[in-house]
Amino acid sequence: MGEITLEVSSFCGEQIVDGEILVRQLPPQKLAWMLERMCETRYFEEKAEELYTRGLVHGTMHLSIGMEASPIGSIAALQPDDLIIHHHRGHGHTIAKGADITIMMAEFLGKEPGYCRGRGGSMHIADVDHGNLGATGVVASGIPTAVGIGLALQMRRSPQVLLSFFGDGATNEGAFHEAMNMASLWKLPMVFICDNNHYGMSMDVHRSMNIEYISARAGSYGIPGISVDGNDVLTVYQVVGAAIRRARAGEGTSLIENVTYRWRGHSKSDRNLYRTQDEIAEWMQRCPIKRFKRLLIETKVMGEDETDAIDRQAKETIDRAAEAAILMPEPSPENMEDEVYAL
Amino acid sequence: MSEDGKREITYLEAVREAMVQEMRRSPEVFLMGEDIGVYGGAFGVSKGMLEEFGPERIRETPISEAAIAGAATGSALMGMRPIMEIMFMDFITLSMDQLVNQAAKMRFMFGGKVSLPLVCRAPAGSGTGAAAQHCQSLEAWFVHAPGIKVVAPSTAYDAKGLLISSIRDNNPVLFMEHKLLYRTKGTVPEEAYAIPLGQAEVKREGKDLTIIAYAVMSIRALEAAEKLAAEGIEVEVVDPRTLKPLDEATITRSVCKTGRVLIVHEAPLTGGFGGELAALIAGGEAFDYLDAPIRRLAGRNIPIPYNRTLERATVPQVEDIVAAARSLAMEGR
Repeated sequence: MGEITLEVSSFCGEQIVDGEILVRQLPPQKLAWMLERMCETRYFEEKAEELYTRGLVHGTMHLSIGMEASPIGSIAALQPDDLIIHHHRGHGHTIAKGADITIMMAEFLGKEPGYCRGRGGSMHIADVDHGNLGATGVVASGIPTAVGIGLALQMRRSPQVLLSFFGDGATNEGAFHEAMNMASLWKLPMVFICDNNHYGMSMDVHRSMNIEYISARAGSYGIPGISVDGNDVLTVYQVVGAAIRRARAGEGTSLIENVTYRWRGHSKSDRNLYRTQDEIAEWMQRCPIKRFKRLLIETKVMGEDETDAIDRQAKETIDRAAEAAILMPEPSPENMEDEVYAL
Repeated sequence: MSEDGKREITYLEAVREAMVQEMRRSPEVFLMGEDIGVYGGAFGVSKGMLEEFGPERIRETPISEAAIAGAATGSALMGMRPIMEIMFMDFITLSMDQLVNQAAKMRFMFGGKVSLPLVCRAPAGSGTGAAAQHCQSLEAWFVHAPGIKVVAPSTAYDAKGLLISSIRDNNPVLFMEHKLLYRTKGTVPEEAYAIPLGQAEVKREGKDLTIIAYAVMSIRALEAAEKLAAEGIEVEVVDPRTLKPLDEATITRSVCKTGRVLIVHEAPLTGGFGGELAALIAGGEAFDYLDAPIRRLAGRNIPIPYNRTLERATVPQVEDIVAAARSLAMEGR
């Protein structure tokens, strides 16, 4: 604990190596998986904007463009039957956890075949079959719920672990403190991951807390904490992997802060009055997808033709999903009362 | 043992017995809350349970009502059947986000893919001199939130049977325990039994007017009915027992029979559950049978005060119910 730096050499007892080294060690299909999920997330959200502009979307949306490395690098470190619970800006988490993108797009468009039958929308996608226990729209409300999921895993002696994702703003809620205290006290098999995108709506993270790095908060729970470059998918993958192995071994939880940046506004009403265009432009230079592609190409792990092919494949997936979802049926307003309670 | 050989236990013991029997029956059931272990809970409800079930299933928590409710919500989402104890119902304000925004909404919001079988036990009500932050009856808030059921038993028998049903129910259930009832005794079978949620009970039959009352007010209404019987007024007392789902048929049937209805609750009048009951009667089949306006007798629109006299004067007492019922029985005659 103690000193926090974005130069990371170890976490939870594991060595963290440079991307240039790791990229040669990981199986090519793993790297391709990460790149494709990141590209899909980017194209999904660009498509979402387009559909919104075309007037095809009823509700709001929260875009994570520029933040893709955080959810995808984290979830890449899970086993398929592990679990996640996440937040309103959760398209990347949902895609990384294995969602069918057409069904996801259908939910975004409020269609009956969507993940929540059009009842949840972009903000509440849950894909239970793939271990995605849902996105919550009240800031920090998923964190106490995550404690219960972790508790159930522990009580059942399950080998599964849970990743609980939330934003920087959530860590200023009381619920965050109660949940972190309880999860650390009970050594629950879970990892807390903060997608720090610098703003809680318009509130700059440094105007909302008196510390430089959110991971410093781990110290008060007696758990490992680390802040990493959240636009570096391979570093995220490594630190989350180390935390997952610690959690799975029964040694308890930890807190990881992936420092990243949201290029787009908070939601559709945002006019970006609280930050400068220069700041946005500067972060756009740190695009996590371009950076990952560049690493793959420069280390000759992939050729440019290969990264282009993955990119193209992702775009086609999204285009096909959108075309199919648009044609899907609308839900019926009848008998909705029957859905509120389980039998 | 009572005279006829049937076993009598207290309301508090009935609550405990329901939990113990369900915990023996299902490994998914566990209890979570503050000071529920060696201390036995603030009111002694869980006394002895730690010895039988151990600290993993009689899970003591830090003073963290939001996280307790979160731990209940998340574990229920995973198919466990948590019972969370809120020490005083007033503290449930600290759990509201998890209970109302998460637990109550998730099933519908996620398209019916999940269920949340959790019980939140909450000691409620005034009469103990604990003042404004330890005496509230907050049922109306939860009745108003789709996705959570609300149960408020008035007897030991009902407490056991309804708690067993609540634990076996696949939805979030708010289970209100009235503090003044904890020491009251009643006949309770030793074996486990379930009283279905959404079934009212006619606690006393009568022909002159209906009193609808739950929790401690059901007991006071029965006392009032006894006094009024001496005056020749035959009161029917209907205890809904569960406020949501509500047994509308039993209420309607009783009001159709008597033509007069007095609704009694302890929570403040304005915005209270009595308004919902009144609207149900006024808007339904029973309206044509009414011989007098629907009357409500409820807590005054003030926080619960500390002083004994002030506290008593804040919520309906037996004599208030007698007076209101007597007046209603005469109205329009």
